[in-house]
Amino acid sequence: MIPEIGHFAIALALVMALVQGIAPLVGAARGNATWMELARPAARGQFLFTALAFACLTQAFVTSDFSVAVVASNSHTLKPMLYKVAGVWGNHEGSMLMWVLILTIFGLMVAEFGHNLPPSLRARVLGVHGLIAIGFFAFILFTSNPFDRLDPAPLQGQGLNPLLQDPGLAFHPPFLYLGYVGFSMAFSFAVAALIEGRVDPAWARWVRPWTLAAWCALTVGISLGSWWAYYELGWGGWWFWDPVENASFMPWLAGTALLHSSIVVEKRDALKSWTVLLAIVTFALSILGTFLVRSGVLTSVHAFATDPSRGVFILVLLVMIVGGALTLYMIRAPQLKGGGLFSPISREGALVLNNLLLATATAVVFLGTLYPLALDAVGGGKVSVGAPFFTATFVPIMSPILIACVIGPVLGWKRGDLGAALKRLRIALLIAVAIVLVTWYAASGNQVFSALGLGVAAWLIIGSFIDLAGRIGFFRVSPMEMVRRAVNLPRSAWGTAFAHAGLGIFVAGVTASSSWQTEQVQLMRTGDTVPLAGYSVTFEGVKELKGPNYEAIRGSFTVRQGDRVIARLSPEKRFYPAEKSQTTEAAIHTTWLADIYTVLGDKDKSGGWSTRFYHNPLVPWIWAGVMVMALGGGISLTDRRLRVGAPRRAAGPSAPPVPTGA
Amino acid sequence: MKTLAILMVLLCAFTFVGPAIAVEPHEILKDSVLEARAREISKVLRCLVCQNQSIDDSNAGLARDLRLIVRERLTAGDSDDAVIQFVTKRYGDFVLLKPPFKSSTYLLWGGPAAFLLFGFGALIVAFRRRRAAQPFDTAPLTDDEIRRLENLSSGDQGGAS
Repeated sequence: MIPEIGHFAIALALVMALVQGIAPLVGAARGNATWMELARPAARGQFLFTALAFACLTQAFVTSDFSVAVVASNSHTLKPMLYKVAGVWGNHEGSMLMWVLILTIFGLMVAEFGHNLPPSLRARVLGVHGLIAIGFFAFILFTSNPFDRLDPAPLQGQGLNPLLQDPGLAFHPPFLYLGYVGFSMAFSFAVAALIEGRVDPAWARWVRPWTLAAWCALTVGISLGSWWAYYELGWGGWWFWDPVENASFMPWLAGTALLHSSIVVEKRDALKSWTVLLAIVTFALSILGTFLVRSGVLTSVHAFATDPSRGVFILVLLVMIVGGALTLYMIRAPQLKGGGLFSPISREGALVLNNLLLATATAVVFLGTLYPLALDAVGGGKVSVGAPFFTATFVPIMSPILIACVIGPVLGWKRGDLGAALKRLRIALLIAVAIVLVTWYAASGNQVFSALGLGVAAWLIIGSFIDLAGRIGFFRVSPMEMVRRAVNLPRSAWGTAFAHAGLGIFVAGVTASSSWQTEQVQLMRTGDTVPLAGYSVTFEGVKELKGPNYEAIRGSFTVRQGDRVIARLSPEKRFYPAEKSQTTEAAIHTTWLADIYTVLGDKDKSGGWSTRFYHNPLVPWIWAGVMVMALGGGISLTDRRLRVGAPRRAAGPSAPPVPTGA
Repeated sequence: MKTLAILMVLLCAFTFVGPAIAVEPHEILKDSVLEARAREISKVLRCLVCQNQSIDDSNAGLARDLRLIVRERLTAGDSDDAVIQFVTKRYGDFVLLKPPFKSSTYLLWGGPAAFLLFGFGALIVAFRRRRAAQPFDTAPLTDDEIRRLENLSSGDQGGAS
C-alpha cells in the first residue's frame, strides 16, 4: 500500500510541476498577478508530494519490503541501518528521486524566502524551475519508477554493493546532488532574466547565494567521493580522472567560473551576457553528468545502444533544456549591454582571466571525457584518454590561475596597478621564492616542479591573507583594534581569503603526496618488520572476525618510530556473503603531516601475507584544503549583503561598494 | 555517482583473479632502478578490461600479465620507449592512457589550445571594440562616467551606458 502512495505522490508532484511550469510564466507575460502567485502554492505542493514519495521509499528500505523491486535488488535484512537508509539513493531509481526532492527543496526555498524578489521575476524563476521539474518527474514515472513491485516478492534482498557500504559514500550523493541541482537555481534565474530582458547588479546579488550554496555542496560532495576512493579502493590514489569523476568535476569548474563572473555583474554591471551563458552551461554540465552516469554510455557506446530508453530520455531533456535556453540566449543576449568599463589590469581583468582559464579547463575535461565516446560513436576507432593526458593539459592551464588568484583580489576595480599590488604581496612572494629554493636545494636540484608546487602553495596561503592582515593593521595597531577591524571587514573578503588559501593547502597536499610518496610492497610473516620512510612496521599476525553482514580477516601492524610505538593499525579484507564480493579496508594513521597507509593483501602459498604500506606526505592537506575552500564559500554566504538581500532595483549599481568580492 | 566506476572496479577485481592489491610482491624486480622504471611505464598503460585504470592500479589478471611483460622486456634490456612500443604493437593505441598525436586525435590534443586562443581572440576583439566605442581615458571623470552618474541620479540604470 505505502509504495503505491509513493507512486501516486510522484504523479501528483508532476501535476504540481505542470501548474508551476505553466501558470506563472503565462501570468508574468500577461501581468496577471493571480496566475503568477500560483507558483508558490505549486512549489509547496510539489515539495510535499515529493517528500512523501521519498519517505515512502525510505520506509520500504528501512522495513526491507522486498516486494519493491529496487529494495530487493539493493538491500538486505542484515545490512546496518545507516546503509539501509543510504540504499535509498544507492541505486538509479532512488537517486533520481533524491534528485527531484532536492530540486523541489530549492523551489520551495525561493517560494518561501524570495520576498525581496520582484513578483514577475520570482514567478518566472519558479516557472522555469517548474519546467525542469516536469522533465525529471516524467523521467522517473516513465523510465525509472522506484515503486515497481515484484510478484512474488523474494524472501531476501540481493544487498548493496559492499564498496558503497561506507559512511563517506553514504553522504557523497546527497552533497553532489545538492550541488548539481543547486545550479538549476542559477539556470532558472538566468532564463528568467533573459525572458525579462534584464540583467543587472541586483539580479547578480539574488543569484549569488544560490550559486555559492550549490558550489559549497558540490565541493564537499566531490571531496567526499575522492576521500572514499583514497581509503577504500586500497591503492592510495585519490583522483583517477575517471569519467564518472570528471562528470562531477565539469560543473564544479564551470560553477567556480560562474561564482567569479557574477561578482563582476554585481559590482561593476559588466560581463552580463557571459555570466548568463555560464549559468546555462553550468547546469547543462550538471545534467550531462547525470546523463553520463545514468545512461551507461560510459561503459560502452554499444551497451548504451542496446538499452537506450533512460539515456535517450535524459539526452532529450538535456537538448530541450539547454537548446531552449541557448535559443532564448541568442535572441536576448544582444540586448544585454554591459555597463562598466575596465582596463585589462584590474580586478575585473583578473576575474576575466580566471573565467577564460576555468572555461578552458572545463573544455579540456569535457574533451578528454567525451572524446573516446564520440570517436567510437562515429566509428573512428578506440582511444584511451587517461590521467597522463589530463596531467599534460589540465595542469598547465590551471597553473596561471593559482598565481593570479592571489593578485586579483589586491587589484583595484576598473584600473589596477600591478606594481603596487605586487609590492603589497612582497612578503608572500619572498617566502614563496625561499620555499622554492630550499625545496630545490633539499631535493639536490631535481624535482623542479615539486619545488615550484610548494612555492605556489605558500604564495596562495600567505598571499591570500596578507592583504587582510594589512587592512586589519597587523603589528601596527593594538590587538583590540585589530579584532574590531577584523570583525568589520566584509565577510566576503574573509571568504575569498579562506577559499584561496584552501586552494593553496590543496596544492601543497597534491604536490607533496605525488612527489614524495613512499611505497613498500612485500610478503610478510608474523613478526616481520619492514622500514617505511623513517618508521618501521611490524606484522603481528591476522585473525578472523565477523561483522554484521560480512566476514573479515584483520591484520595487525605496529608502527614504530625508533622504539616508540606510534600506532597500531588493523587493515581488513572483508567478504560479504550476500553480495558474494570482497573489499579491502585500508588502515590509516595520520599525523596531519603525513599518512601511514596499510593494506592487507592475499595469503601466498608459502603462508606469507602480501602487504602494502604507503607513506603519503601531506595527503590529509588535500581534503583539508578542499574543506577550507568550502568553508570560505560558507563564510562568504553569511556576508551582510546576502543576508539583508538585494536592495530594491531602483538602487541598482549605486549599492554600497564592498571592497572585496568573494 | 560512483556506482559505475565501482562496478568496473569490481568487474576488474573479481572476474579474474579475485581481490588482490595491484603490484604483487613476487612481481617486483630485484633491481630497484629497473623496478622504478617499470612502475613509471605501468602508469601510462591501460588495463584493457578496466575503465580508465592503469595496469599499475588494476588488480585484473590482464593487468598483471602486462606488468610482467613490461618487467620482462626491461630485464631483457629494452628502453622505456621500446617497451611501450612493444605493448602498443600487440594491443594497439587503445592501451596508451595518453593517446598518441595522430589524425584521429588532432582535435583532442589541439582542442584546448584552440579554445584558449579563441577565447583570447574574442577578449581582445571585445576590448578593442569597447575602446573604439568609448575610449578609455585617464581623466578623473570621463564623459561616460558623467553620463552614468546622471543615469544613477535619475534612478534609471542598467543598460543605459
